[in-house]
Amino acid sequence: MTAASAPLDQAGPRQGWFARHHIGVHTALIVLMIVWAVPTLGLFINSFRPATDAFGTGWWKALFPPYHFTIDNYAHVLSQGNIGTNFINSLFISIPATVIPIFVAAFAAYAFSWMEFPGRNILFVVVVGLLVVPLQATLIPVLSLFASWGIAGTFLAVWLAHTAYGLPFAVYLLRNFMGSLPREVFESAAIDGASPVTAFFRLALPMSVPAIAALAIFQFLFVWNDLLVALIYLGLIHPEDLPLTVNIAGLVTSTGSGIEFLGAAAFLSMVLPLVVFFSLQRFFVRGIVGGSVKG
Amino acid sequence: MDKLVTAAIVVVVVPGALITYIWGTEQVLRLLPERLKPTVRPWLWLAPALLFLAIFLIYPMIGTIIHSFQNHAGTQFVGLDNYVWFFGSEDALTSLKNNALWLIFLTLFVVGFGLLVAVLVDRVRYESVAKSVIFVPLAISMVAASVIWLYMYEYKPPGTEQTGTINALIGTAGLGPVPFTQVQQFSANTFALIVVMAWMWTGFGMVIISAALKGINPELMEAARMDGATEWQVFRGIIFPLLVPTLVVVSTTMIITALKAFDIVFTMTNGNLGTNVIANQMYAEMFKFNQYGRASAIAVVLLLAIIPIMFFNVGRFRQQEAVR
Repeated sequence: MTAASAPLDQAGPRQGWFARHHIGVHTALIVLMIVWAVPTLGLFINSFRPATDAFGTGWWKALFPPYHFTIDNYAHVLSQGNIGTNFINSLFISIPATVIPIFVAAFAAYAFSWMEFPGRNILFVVVVGLLVVPLQATLIPVLSLFASWGIAGTFLAVWLAHTAYGLPFAVYLLRNFMGSLPREVFESAAIDGASPVTAFFRLALPMSVPAIAALAIFQFLFVWNDLLVALIYLGLIHPEDLPLTVNIAGLVTSTGSGIEFLGAAAFLSMVLPLVVFFSLQRFFVRGIVGGSVKG
Repeated sequence: MDKLVTAAIVVVVVPGALITYIWGTEQVLRLLPERLKPTVRPWLWLAPALLFLAIFLIYPMIGTIIHSFQNHAGTQFVGLDNYVWFFGSEDALTSLKNNALWLIFLTLFVVGFGLLVAVLVDRVRYESVAKSVIFVPLAISMVAASVIWLYMYEYKPPGTEQTGTINALIGTAGLGPVPFTQVQQFSANTFALIVVMAWMWTGFGMVIISAALKGINPELMEAARMDGATEWQVFRGIIFPLLVPTLVVVSTTMIITALKAFDIVFTMTNGNLGTNVIANQMYAEMFKFNQYGRASAIAVVLLLAIIPIMFFNVGRFRQQEAVR
């Protein structure tokens, strides 16, 4: 990122609070960061405190002596019998359920952006409008479909379902991005005799990398944090195949006891989505699109 | 470990199969007369997506639409009764009003702050760290988020020590305490819930807007700067107009999220204290009262509510095509 923006830094005068590296930009950003971090910080600190402290006094009290930090909450969460298996299950569900919809959506988005066919706009409205379908309304009919196909309770069922549920947003996001790519790139490719397949893999896909990275982050996150879909399509038949979210749900009983473990569990289950976020960050680099549009 | 090996295979084989499929379509198209190719090709590219959507979303939705005209057991058609019931119920008025608040303020918050953060982080060297801080709340589960804001909003009677972050903070300035999401009389309960959701989803807006920002050709901005444009003029004249399509995507997604707002309301107030929303009502009809007909009617109302927004989107895409 630094490498990409370095040449820009030298160009042009620095004007106003809004300019690069201006003190006003830093101040505004740091204030925003503090406001966004404080709520999480509260839970983070409380996750290292005994329940009586966490519920009796404000989290900031823990920052002053006498210190009463403990890792018991984390130890309790990690000591749950099947947490290792469930972690693997979460990975096993999330990775294919992230990769498959990206491909399927990219094909559809490319067709919606760069191919002419009757009813294109109406069809697009329908696809994106499906975003509003409440998941709860689909559970029972889809489960009986899975049962009649003989795949109820399998990972395949969960992958298929997550793919479908993620598609409306994925198509929407990618269509918006691919549709904004410059026409001349595709026209000159067509003149050079490139088939749509070549144009898709050589041009549209590489140029959409930032959007695909964003999509991958969200799809992974939603699948990783999902409990409902896994519970219905997998857990009803094979409870041992459930993801990590079931451990978290199981920590708090219906009477609300065990709520002190939630913080620890939340931070443990957050680690992987954050790793995904960090590792995909490097695709948010200026110039991926600009470079190929030159001339 | 077997599972991870299988997962690795799936991750290689399935995209491989999909790529082969798309490549295969071109081979099949060769067999067709030239005139038919452009007609058939788009449908081959759309087929996988349409198949998934038809099976998992459209087919159940058709069932839902049918149920919405039936009685609670689905044994008899009752015409528009379920719709008449919904729009006549007292809760519906509260819910519709609250969803309107959600729609306006959640969208404004997420788009506004998402844009602000995306533009600001583009100008500093600690971009990655700053983005991560804003993104973290989105990675937190809804239940954990509601616990976090329980600590934030906690309210103790005046005179006693405040353990909630906000009340302790405004207490040092001699204000409050404010009974956030605790009593019916507190008129901003819904607003307090919207803040939680906005705090979570700003990272979403930021990531998408940032991805689009990185897609803007830097030469455009450099040319303007060379011509002596101020940073604000570069933003107003180049960055913002080019981001508008993306802002519409984020807005539309947030409008839909606002219409479907459920989890935070369910975990924090369960729709009490004047915070009920449409999705919460639907959930109650479906799982608490076993009124499938009514629940389905509410789902259809949500579906209808989105149509004008989608047509606005299509109009925008037409414009996009005219200029690109």
